[in-house]
Amino acid sequence: MEVLRLQQQLIELTNSLFQEGFLDDQFTQIQMLQDEGNPDFVQEVVGLFAEDSERILSELTKALEMEPVDFKKVDAYVHQFKGSSSSIGAQRVKAVCVDFRAYAETENKEGCLQALQQIKQEFFAVKSKLEALLQLEQQILAAGGSVPMME
Amino acid sequence: MAGGCFLYSESEMGSASVSSSQDDFPVHVLAVDDSLIDRKVIERLLKSSACKVTAVDSGRRALEILGLGGESINSAFEINLIITDYCMPGMSGYDLLKKVKESSTLKEIPVVIMSSENVPNRIRRCLDEGAEEFLLKPVKPADVNRLRGHARTLQPTSDCTCDDEVASTMGRSLSLDRRRQLSRTFFS
Repeated sequence: MEVLRLQQQLIELTNSLFQEGFLDDQFTQIQMLQDEGNPDFVQEVVGLFAEDSERILSELTKALEMEPVDFKKVDAYVHQFKGSSSSIGAQRVKAVCVDFRAYAETENKEGCLQALQQIKQEFFAVKSKLEALLQLEQQILAAGGSVPMME
Repeated sequence: MAGGCFLYSESEMGSASVSSSQDDFPVHVLAVDDSLIDRKVIERLLKSSACKVTAVDSGRRALEILGLGGESINSAFEINLIITDYCMPGMSGYDLLKKVKESSTLKEIPVVIMSSENVPNRIRRCLDEGAEEFLLKPVKPADVNRLRGHARTLQPTSDCTCDDEVASTMGRSLSLDRRRQLSRTFFS
């Protein structure tokens, strides 16, 4: 049955996201805030995170292209990114932010550029996985099923 | 009227209802955070804990809401609790805390500080300045449930003149004079 297959896929995807460290418990907290009165809450938060992150990444890219680099500005942007990734539970993105801030504090441009590449990779990875997760949920609901709650 | 005043509570749908129980008095929280995502999450957290929420993106805007921004409307009596991020551009959460505690009209409002960074000196500074609590982000539902206990309660007074007229006129359409009259009744 289609619904069962989709639900199984969702469970597998969700488990792997947690096991591989893409998401942490904060994402579960976000999911628990969704209810009948706020049925699109997770989608809205993911959407805001995606938009905000893309803005920050663009600013970081520009900031690191300046001569000389304003490391305080870089640090401020990474601090923002660390905050938002922490709020949504994007654990791996948050971890790169910690390293990135260390490079910014020591004014290590090479380190910052490396961290920026890594952060882009992690962000795009978690973004596409979250989009896949949301899409599966939509498909399950459209097929008349209910979304299984993870413990 | 036995048992004290009627207390006004407003459901999330915006319609007025009147509660006569001190236990479920409406907690109106002013949430301050420059991060849009954090504002969205804290708002949902607070609302799911049956709080009314006004969320703003800066300390300056928060002071306007509280009536210190030079605007004529003083809605300070509506806010039972302020929860603010520490790191914000312009006015920090600490600056906002100071301004609130220095104000004779606002100093009784409990202020809770949130921060993503666990810096002992920062925490000490805030608590010394009069913050109720310092929360590490991301804020949890358990933290929010505990915050309700900090919220400033409206104390019933013996000369309270609660009546049907009060119940039906309470709300956003209340005139400034009527609000001042009511706030004198509700606050000793």
